Amino acid sequence: MNLQSSANEPAIELVGIDKKFGTVHANKNINLSVGKGSIHGIIGENGAGKSTLMSILYGFYHADEGEIRIQGRPVTIRDSQAAIAAGIGMVHQHFMLVENFTVLENVMLGAEGGQLLAKGVAGARKELKRLETDYGLDVDPDALIEELPVGNQQRVEILKALYRGADILILDEPTGVLTPAEADHLFRILQVLRDQGKTIILITHKLREIMAITDTVSVMRRGEMVATRKTAETTVTELAELMVGRRVLLRVEKGDANPGPVLLSVKNLTVKDGRGVTMVDDVSFDVRAGEIVGIAGVAGNGQSELLEALAGIRKPVSGEILIDGKPVGAADPAALRQLGLAHIPEDRHHMGLVLKFEEYENSILGYHHDPRYGRGSMLDLDAVRKSAEEQIEKYDIRPPNARLKTANFSGGNQQKIVVAREIERDPKMLLVGQPTRGVDIGAIEFIHRRIIEMRGAGKAVLLVSVELDEIRSLSDRILVMFAGKVVGEKTSDADEQTLGLMMAGIAA
Amino acid sequence: MEYFDTFVSILGSAIRLSIPLLFTALAGLFSERAGIFDIGLEGKMLASAFAAACAAYWTGNAWAGLGAGIFVSIIFSMLHGFASITNRGNQIVSGVALNFIAAGLTIVLGTAWFNQGGRTGQVPPEGRFSGIVLPGAEMMRDVPIIGPLYANVISGNNILTYIAFLMVPLSWWVLYRTRFGLRLRAVGENPGAVDTAGVSVVWLRYRALIVTGFLAGFAGTYLSIAQSAAFINNMSAGKGYIALAALIFAKWKPVPVMFACLLFGFLDAFANFMQGKSIPMIGEVPVQIFQALPYILTCVLLAGFIGVARPPKAGGVAYTKER
Repeated sequence: MNLQSSANEPAIELVGIDKKFGTVHANKNINLSVGKGSIHGIIGENGAGKSTLMSILYGFYHADEGEIRIQGRPVTIRDSQAAIAAGIGMVHQHFMLVENFTVLENVMLGAEGGQLLAKGVAGARKELKRLETDYGLDVDPDALIEELPVGNQQRVEILKALYRGADILILDEPTGVLTPAEADHLFRILQVLRDQGKTIILITHKLREIMAITDTVSVMRRGEMVATRKTAETTVTELAELMVGRRVLLRVEKGDANPGPVLLSVKNLTVKDGRGVTMVDDVSFDVRAGEIVGIAGVAGNGQSELLEALAGIRKPVSGEILIDGKPVGAADPAALRQLGLAHIPEDRHHMGLVLKFEEYENSILGYHHDPRYGRGSMLDLDAVRKSAEEQIEKYDIRPPNARLKTANFSGGNQQKIVVAREIERDPKMLLVGQPTRGVDIGAIEFIHRRIIEMRGAGKAVLLVSVELDEIRSLSDRILVMFAGKVVGEKTSDADEQTLGLMMAGIAA
Repeated sequence: MEYFDTFVSILGSAIRLSIPLLFTALAGLFSERAGIFDIGLEGKMLASAFAAACAAYWTGNAWAGLGAGIFVSIIFSMLHGFASITNRGNQIVSGVALNFIAAGLTIVLGTAWFNQGGRTGQVPPEGRFSGIVLPGAEMMRDVPIIGPLYANVISGNNILTYIAFLMVPLSWWVLYRTRFGLRLRAVGENPGAVDTAGVSVVWLRYRALIVTGFLAGFAGTYLSIAQSAAFINNMSAGKGYIALAALIFAKWKPVPVMFACLLFGFLDAFANFMQGKSIPMIGEVPVQIFQALPYILTCVLLAGFIGVARPPKAGGVAYTKER
């Protein structure tokens, strides 16, 4: 029914939008029409131009050419103020909230209703109440943002847009920070909003979300809008191909595991976090040569701390870690590297890379004592750059420039820099944390294949990921963590529902 | 009774010494809550003290002195804004540069204009802010306890002192009860939130710096034509930094700022009082020990005795629209 009406009256139309940044052609002649009261998905890899297009819609950038029409009328969007006036609301990927303000203050910011706050407060409270009853957006107006869970913070962002009278709501990668349950809740809210006549544009790189919630979908690739489909008439495979421009294997093919001797062994490990809370509680398991052990769980159930303890970054409170049967003493990442343990950390920005460094500098982080890279305290920069260039070639890191600042690579390519650095050292054991978080689909396939290759070469791989699909498609054995404990072990053919229940701590 | 008189006299002195700190710390409050670190408070105070002394000397009018002090302080604040907001320069570097400019320029101009080694001419009495005796002060004087407090501590101060204390609730009201204050606090925490709400980050921060310049102008004016009768070389003597410490100590909140400044003022007054006096059992203690007290206290307090002082989150960072 929504598709019918959408065909007739578009809420928003983009005609021939074109935008260049220097030599980069970010948006090429984009045409898009989104029907009123529908949910439209925009999907594309990182750097495909989705964010630029949305920034143009929200007045952060101005298109070099083209026209924007809202409810049939051409509009000029000079700044965010104009976008708000045109009825466009945006929920940014990184929330634009003041954390030590209350919900009410955040909602009122920029729309206070007068020089003095007292005048607007009563009206704002009433309006929030109305939005709560109309759309099921319940948030305590007097709660501080920093004390709210992420899902509720996002609801505040939606409330902000609606409070300003938005009819068109743009959500940029809204589920990146949400737990599966929070994401489901968000989707229910979006459906209610649609049914009440709001138009929603959902930007994502997660195909599953597109299929689950959108009415229509457009695919962007390298600055162009390559296709628009009705969601009901397309498939995940078709969309993935359109995004990447070639056939993609969504499920990695791998042969049977050939497990060898135990390389990494964890016995009764207990780890506390900085606040003294027990995050890993008496955990024991083995990882054998030639197998991938996946650790599944909802974020925050101790996986991060476990990984950090194994990598020698966090000191365990009790228990033992054995490498090749020998207990590892004090936490010391350098010593562990010597023993053949490589670590792809969960958060490449905080732990894996120095974003201000050039690529070649990052390509030897933690391995700078390797005699190949110089003698004594001197670095042989030519050798370092040469090895960096080899890695760039082998891992297809783009742009292929070892002298480029790391911050200027896309997320997928940054991750490839880390993967290349750790794998090329030919370790015996590999710890992998969230290998494809914020990575586009083409790079995901590449990284997955590398991890499988490590397994084929007889390495012990421990994989921690919150993406259940990833865990299921890569792992030979799956351990599920809940509240710091390993609550069960399954093989990779375990179905999603069983694992989901275990992750929620309901069944073992 | 003698002890009480001494106490009253120290208290009165504490009030007088805390006023420049209070103006300056409130000035810093507006700037830092808007996300602009202001290490240049010292320079603003010094430059406005000089300007106020010059104007008051030439016109013989204290209010003209105040106007000049405020004007120059706002100019300095705008330079800071131009460097750190418009050109996204480093706020600390810009602030330190302004401190140097103020220190150098006041000496050069002062020497050129007055030929007294950096001093300005003696400001005539009508060019100064002098004490105001509040009604009933003489009558109250004989009432025990309250009398001396009223007559010597509350009454008899100059108008700027009263303005300083009025500025405290006023600052609170502006920050927490007005649209400007809400936006100002927001821009210091997350300028992105302000920008996406359709409010100009740049203009908002400039307005905050105008307020900062305005308040710091009072502080300088107070130094040269209320507390003294001329500008003297480097007469701010680090008060801008102490005010900054008071601001951090008070966790960037107006009312605690007042108490922090009063505490630092009291320590200063106490140090003056202890000059040349001997302490029972210990004997005469070098005055430097007492003079160092405010600084030692600052270090101790900032090193953790006040709990976590969480500065405005976006402080020190120039705002760039992200893609």
